[in-house]
Amino acid sequence: MDFQPDDVQQAIQAAARAVARERIAPGARERDRTGHFPAEEIRELGRLGLLGTTIPEALGGTGAGTVAYALAMMELAAADCSVAVTASVTNMVNETIARWGTEEQKARCCPRLSSGEWLAGAFGLSEPHAGSDPAAMRTRAERRGDRWVLNGEKQWITSGDVAGVIVVWARTDDAGGAGKGISAFLVERGTPGLSAGRHEAKMGQRSSSTVPLVLEDCAVPGGAMLGRPGDGMRIALAALDGGRIGIGAQAVGVMDAALEASVRYARERQAFGRPIAQHQAIAFQLADVAVARDAARLLVLRAAMLKEAGRPFSREAAMAKLFASEAAQRAVATGVQVHGGYGYTEEFVVERLYRDARVQTIYEGTSEIQRLVISRDLLRDP
Amino acid sequence: MNVDLTEEQRQVRDLCRKFADEELKPHARKWDQEHRFPAEAVRKLAEMGLLAVAVPAEWGGAGMDNMCYALAMEEISRGCASTGVTMSVNNSLYCDPVMKFGTPEQKRKWLKPFTAGEKLGAFALTEPMSGSDAAEMRTVAVKQGDAYVLNGAKNFITNGPQADAILVFAMTDRPKGHKGISAFLVPTDAKGFSRGKPDEKVGIRASGTCSVFFEDLVVPAADRLGGEGDGFKVAMATLDGGRIGIAAQALGIARAALEEARAYAKDRKAFGQPIANFQAIQFMLADMATEVDAARLLIWRAAAMKDKGVRFSAEAAMAKLYASEMAERVTSRAIQIHGGYGYTTEYDAERHWRDSRITEIYEGTSEIQRVVIAANILKD
Repeated sequence: MDFQPDDVQQAIQAAARAVARERIAPGARERDRTGHFPAEEIRELGRLGLLGTTIPEALGGTGAGTVAYALAMMELAAADCSVAVTASVTNMVNETIARWGTEEQKARCCPRLSSGEWLAGAFGLSEPHAGSDPAAMRTRAERRGDRWVLNGEKQWITSGDVAGVIVVWARTDDAGGAGKGISAFLVERGTPGLSAGRHEAKMGQRSSSTVPLVLEDCAVPGGAMLGRPGDGMRIALAALDGGRIGIGAQAVGVMDAALEASVRYARERQAFGRPIAQHQAIAFQLADVAVARDAARLLVLRAAMLKEAGRPFSREAAMAKLFASEAAQRAVATGVQVHGGYGYTEEFVVERLYRDARVQTIYEGTSEIQRLVISRDLLRDP
Repeated sequence: MNVDLTEEQRQVRDLCRKFADEELKPHARKWDQEHRFPAEAVRKLAEMGLLAVAVPAEWGGAGMDNMCYALAMEEISRGCASTGVTMSVNNSLYCDPVMKFGTPEQKRKWLKPFTAGEKLGAFALTEPMSGSDAAEMRTVAVKQGDAYVLNGAKNFITNGPQADAILVFAMTDRPKGHKGISAFLVPTDAKGFSRGKPDEKVGIRASGTCSVFFEDLVVPAADRLGGEGDGFKVAMATLDGGRIGIAAQALGIARAALEEARAYAKDRKAFGQPIANFQAIQFMLADMATEVDAARLLIWRAAAMKDKGVRFSAEAAMAKLYASEMAERVTSRAIQIHGGYGYTTEYDAERHWRDSRITEIYEGTSEIQRVVIAANILKD
């Protein structure tokens, strides 16, 4: 048992911290205000290898592993969650293609995703009527000649309008159980019949792109299926297991930022003749945030270590995501509270953190879904 | 980074788990109800080397690391929290400071019999009027020639009724405040030593707790642990380590509650199916399991840092704060899952809840842990 990062992990973390602080943080508030997509920042991450952190070097990735990925994600999120979520979805899509793709699919997609040549990868699972229950999806893919033709709608697709490739899940077979007839497809940007709707007006993570997608007789080559027919749910769930480590890490990054800002403010702000940090009412709230942040961090790193070692990690990833995202809600609320009235203004970062953190208990599996994953595993007979 | 335990750590954990299942769990309820000190179990712990886990073998300890100690404390406390605290006091609050601050001569006299299980140790810092604020203690040790004369009272002394020796903190130079405190090794058969009657407690009822009194008790200067005025330093260093033990105790209690709640939920039926089929119950179990794991990781981090020899005060405080408060929540939910039966002594859930409560108080209250943590994050 050792929580000390090794040399490679430290190097990735340091690189992520440097770019986060120097290149990403300075424009975060302005991007939040305008909703401007952080294209330049994403390209910079591509140059640094942070869009393919777990992808083998032969496919253009960094090959640094999941722990390094989680550490990097914490640093990015502390600067700007919008950048972090964009990068984490790209990493997840990249990894999914690297794992399930044919040689041809991997050779085409992974280097482009890793380098930032494609600004992003996207994950097209949710639909307007199917969120936590993806097996209820209505999007269909039909075989016509040597092509698959997709029809349907997708909802809440991060980077859906800027992604070079979107993994789209669609029903290919109505026989069998609900989740059995679903397959995954690689749909590239610009494919006729694929269109993105308007950016959702979100309360937080406002400069990440979130769009609905419409697939209208969207024809992709016969070789665009990822995995085999009917593998879709397995691919999606495996991807989300890994994705949860990314979102858990993002929540830890938000807590880092909230704590740093709150400590700074509490040491400067005076009340009753001394810095408010010297009042236990404030100091103890900060202590509780630090404890929750550290516990969340350890849960995330444990899940990352298990995944990296090729061992089962679904339950641990769900615990990490559940705990970290819920703890982040409390951390950002504390951050605003410690800042008093100023915390309610755009002058201080905590209000953005407060809004940005909120979605972490929702996307890539709501807290309720995490509890289902955990309790199913816990209640299973040995 | 590495998520695995070593072979030795796994062995210790498995050995303690088996011992807890066979020798502690079947009796813990009865011991609790009868307020009976588990003398036989404690003797067996000594045979297993568990009364001095981290003391080197040359002094009769098991010579293992602090991770092993944390693992052992979790498993033993899962079986019986009273046995757990008895073990932790002898380990963390008695043997560890004697090992760390004692001279070779002191170790021969004050350590070896206590690692072997021939004798049991205790730690006396708290007084009726001074708990979290140890510097306010009133017990005094006045130097007279080659000895000190102790007068005062200590209370809430775990292992007090059974202890053969107690590490006692007393003022030797009051104007210096906490820097005027010194530590002494006091045998309980000394003239001038007496005990109060055992305290009646909410939980950990099978462990012994009492007040102790010193009346013109003469301690040879050779039995002072550390230098004159070093007492506070000795106490604080000792409590840092102790917190890992108490955190692991809380973790073990919570795990017992979780395991029993899980089993009950799978067995108990309502509305035509096991209550484990209802999300209301599933989600409670999911939260309990998540919080148990979070506590364990905080504890392992602190123990691993102690083993590496780096500063771990804040990490131990975090582990202790989180684990103890977690244990109270988890054991309370376990009662809830058991319904009315959880409120009876027919099941162990109520005992776990009562046992958990003290972990938020002793060896530094939650408030003191927050003081330690806040000081750490607010320092320059």
